Amino acid sequence: MCVGGAVNLLVQKHPISSALSLIVVMASLALLYLLLGAEFVAAIQIIVYAGAVMVLFVFTIMLLNAGAEERTPHGSRVATMLGVPALIIGLGISAWVVAHMTGLDKLGIGGPTIMNGTESFGAPQPVGHLLFRDFLLPFEVTSVLILIAIMGAVVLARRED
Amino acid sequence: MTIGLFILVSVVKIVIALFVLLTAVAYTVLLERKVVGHMQNRWGPSRVGPFGIFQPLADGLKFFFKEDLTPPYVHKTLYLLAPIIAVTTALTSISVIPIGTWITIGDIHTPLQITDVNIGLLIILGITSVGVYGVALAGWSSNSKYSMLGGLRASAQMVSYEIALGLSLVGVLIYTGSFSLRDIVDAQSGVWFGFLPKWNFFKGQFVAFFIYIMAAYAETNRIPFDLPEAETELVAGYHTEYSSMKFAMFFMAEYANMITVACLATVVFLGGWSGPVFGPPILHTLLPVFWFVLKVFIFMFIYIWVRGTLPRFRYDQLMAFGWKFLLPLAIANILITALVIALK
Repeated sequence: MCVGGAVNLLVQKHPISSALSLIVVMASLALLYLLLGAEFVAAIQIIVYAGAVMVLFVFTIMLLNAGAEERTPHGSRVATMLGVPALIIGLGISAWVVAHMTGLDKLGIGGPTIMNGTESFGAPQPVGHLLFRDFLLPFEVTSVLILIAIMGAVVLARRED
Repeated sequence: MTIGLFILVSVVKIVIALFVLLTAVAYTVLLERKVVGHMQNRWGPSRVGPFGIFQPLADGLKFFFKEDLTPPYVHKTLYLLAPIIAVTTALTSISVIPIGTWITIGDIHTPLQITDVNIGLLIILGITSVGVYGVALAGWSSNSKYSMLGGLRASAQMVSYEIALGLSLVGVLIYTGSFSLRDIVDAQSGVWFGFLPKWNFFKGQFVAFFIYIMAAYAETNRIPFDLPEAETELVAGYHTEYSSMKFAMFFMAEYANMITVACLATVVFLGGWSGPVFGPPILHTLLPVFWFVLKVFIFMFIYIWVRGTLPRFRYDQLMAFGWKFLLPLAIANILITALVIALK
């Protein structure tokens, strides 16, 4: 569902449909987190990504009133003939490398199952511990970074009076 | 409990909860019309049945028989999808709210709640966040200037006040230490000094309670924050191009949201189902449900009371109130609560 949503995002002509496909991608990511046993992370993913960030995307698309994009009738044929096989080969190679490095190809087709001991993985308490003890400095630095981004956005969007 | 029995019990609970919720929505509409009517020195609906009790049935029939037209200039897929999103999210959040203690029928021992997830509070906040899409997409897909403006305003308002809503609940979380709604209620059982119940409202979260009430009124687009709907009365709002069943779905979604917010307020601030319990064991299961319903009813009455009394905010006043007043107040509440807990 995740990959389908992402492909649909690229294929759709209208930006609103693309935004909705991105929402589907976010929701399916949250489902994946749920299946791995990290329900806290899944809920936060829905609240923050699908509920706030994507709403702002949808707002912007609505306010800018972006219409459907036009399709150029025939793309370059060379690009299609070389591009699609190259893409498939590239993806295949990267998938093989990743699987080999993480030892997945030795596990068989099933891949990793749902981890036992879910309390130690995605529950609120361990996430909080990690965030506020082990990774406190990155946490604070990230919030300063977001503040800088907000100020930058405000400055860039100001009208020149 | 075997898996088959578990599924059967869950399905029964879901059916009962849906039925009760939909009936509650219908009769909340009636309650509102009668209460607002009495406040304005007139009877509310009183012709259809004694005290107008069958009025919701008449309304439902009217919605069924109205012509369901789809204007030709709308964006069809999203036009159909928007009320579905609105209603689905409104009806789903009731599933994690605990109504009472456990119930035992023969071999079956289940809690009076559809599911007891250990992140129940976060799920409700997440579902509310997704509900904003119903409004935004409805406004946009109607392809009319007024609808789009109304939809944008309503969704901007809902998103802004979601923050204050969530932050006001964090104070309670610091007290309780768990996201599960059942744990939050259980932490409020018991009594001080023999008569003052240990509700979170009395434990010092009354500021959070008032922040929550105000954010809830803004979330559900009710007076004094109902400018997106007042545009409906004056010009047009996000549901102007909708007729009969689709409009009824938006209507139901709004009232179901009100009921969900009221249930959440009683669970988190007013102690859920705690209240004096006496009598034979059958009453031990029924009385908590009665107390819960009573508290939700009081909350709904306050909702409707405020609707009949206050004027509405202008949009810029509304946004300034949410961002410049409620948000700092909620953060201050969290700070003070954390300080109190840390110093214990």
